[in-house]
Amino acid sequence: MSHDSSPSPPDRRPLIAFAWLWVGAPLAYGLYELVLKAKQLFTG
Amino acid sequence: MSPPVAPPGWSRWLVPPAALSVHLSIGQAYAWSVFKPPLESALGLSGTQSALPFQLAIVMLGLSAAFGGTLVERNGPRWAMTVALVCFSTGFLISALGAATEQYWLIVLGYGFVGGIGLGIGYISPVSTLIKWFPDRPGMATGIAIMGFGGGALIASPWSAQMLESFGADHSGIALAFLVHGLAYAVFMLLGVLLVRVPRTERPADSGPSVLAGPQVSARSAVRTPQFWCLWVVLCMNVTAGIGILEKAAPMITDFFADTSTPVSATAAAGFVALLSAANMAGRIGWSSTSDLIGRKNIYRVYLGVGALMYALITLFGDSSKPLFILCALVILSFYGGGFATVPAYLKDLFGTYQVGAIHGRLLTAWSTAGVLGPLIVNWIADRQEEAGKHGSSLYGLSFGIMIGLLVVGFVANELVRPVNARHHVPAPREAADVARQQPESA
Repeated sequence: MSHDSSPSPPDRRPLIAFAWLWVGAPLAYGLYELVLKAKQLFTG
Repeated sequence: MSPPVAPPGWSRWLVPPAALSVHLSIGQAYAWSVFKPPLESALGLSGTQSALPFQLAIVMLGLSAAFGGTLVERNGPRWAMTVALVCFSTGFLISALGAATEQYWLIVLGYGFVGGIGLGIGYISPVSTLIKWFPDRPGMATGIAIMGFGGGALIASPWSAQMLESFGADHSGIALAFLVHGLAYAVFMLLGVLLVRVPRTERPADSGPSVLAGPQVSARSAVRTPQFWCLWVVLCMNVTAGIGILEKAAPMITDFFADTSTPVSATAAAGFVALLSAANMAGRIGWSSTSDLIGRKNIYRVYLGVGALMYALITLFGDSSKPLFILCALVILSFYGGGFATVPAYLKDLFGTYQVGAIHGRLLTAWSTAGVLGPLIVNWIADRQEEAGKHGSSLYGLSFGIMIGLLVVGFVANELVRPVNARHHVPAPREAADVARQQPESA
């Protein structure tokens, strides 16, 4: 039976959260502006 | 430049945001119209002239995706994203110089030619990498990225408009806006360049079947197969049908209900256009992910078959029911987005992952063709119908009939898609390695 002595890889979760926030924040802004405009179909 | 290989423990969930940072940026192209009125008044341009940078950018998108695909496959996604960043950002900086010096040709060259190369290389840059990381869910993975291209305009449209309001709509204000766009997009896209990695093995952990399972076909061989051209027709017909609505959405809904008791105002029509953008984006991720469950051929049967049905419903009953008109248009636009997002996974199913990015690049010429065909059909026919004294919904009856016909052609082309003949396959690296390994043992 072989024994793996290599160190465990670093925790990537903070990097994943940062990366998704980086792209998610502007996308959320775009979607918010879109909803404001789309509402005009029912109110305009 | 060798592709960046992921270190041990690298998460595949870092790759979609890398792809999104590029696609959300280059998707700005669809918000070019924000710059048109200020450019026209600041530089004394006609509407046709102010559309030139966008038109050239779309032509360059098609050309660079078609001819740069093999380079992208050879040099890897980091190289491609770097090229996309440099070209897209430099395009804005050249345009800033053009606006500042009132030299419009610099804006055409910068945004249209240089920036357009960034669009094409950026569009195909993450496709094969995503498919390699997500062999179990290629539709979802490419759907996320290609949804970003739709989302890019949603961000850029209000952002650019606010910037022009702050800086002023004269030539120096436009120059400053271009400068900020160039710098901001360079920083934003840098995340993709830094994060993107190709998987260490051919099968990332917990991702199901091997990436190299099934046939592998080179880009050069793929364009010689009937399957490639069937898919070319499928994509072209599906995109043409979507553009048929998208191109004239605002005047269309106004015309349809002009003679009814509930006419649609210009403000409400703008809301309808925004809702179509949302459907387009939702279709990219929603339908493409669904294709992982029901299969690529089946989802295109839905796009093309149900799409034709939706056009028929609008033609027959659209002017009698506003909710029905809106619902059908939303479904058609969701299929339009879904068609774009699902095609890389369809290509992967047929041709494997070997050069799927390059094959995808070549297939995007169908998009360029549809970009000319769709608006031409709807605008030309609507103009002729108007000259013939028609008005309201009858302006669009003939062009919608043509759209149904085109969707049926696409449906038939999809039915003709069969597995690629084995004579086009290249030996999989694993098979080749196995053969090489077995030879000394048997010797």
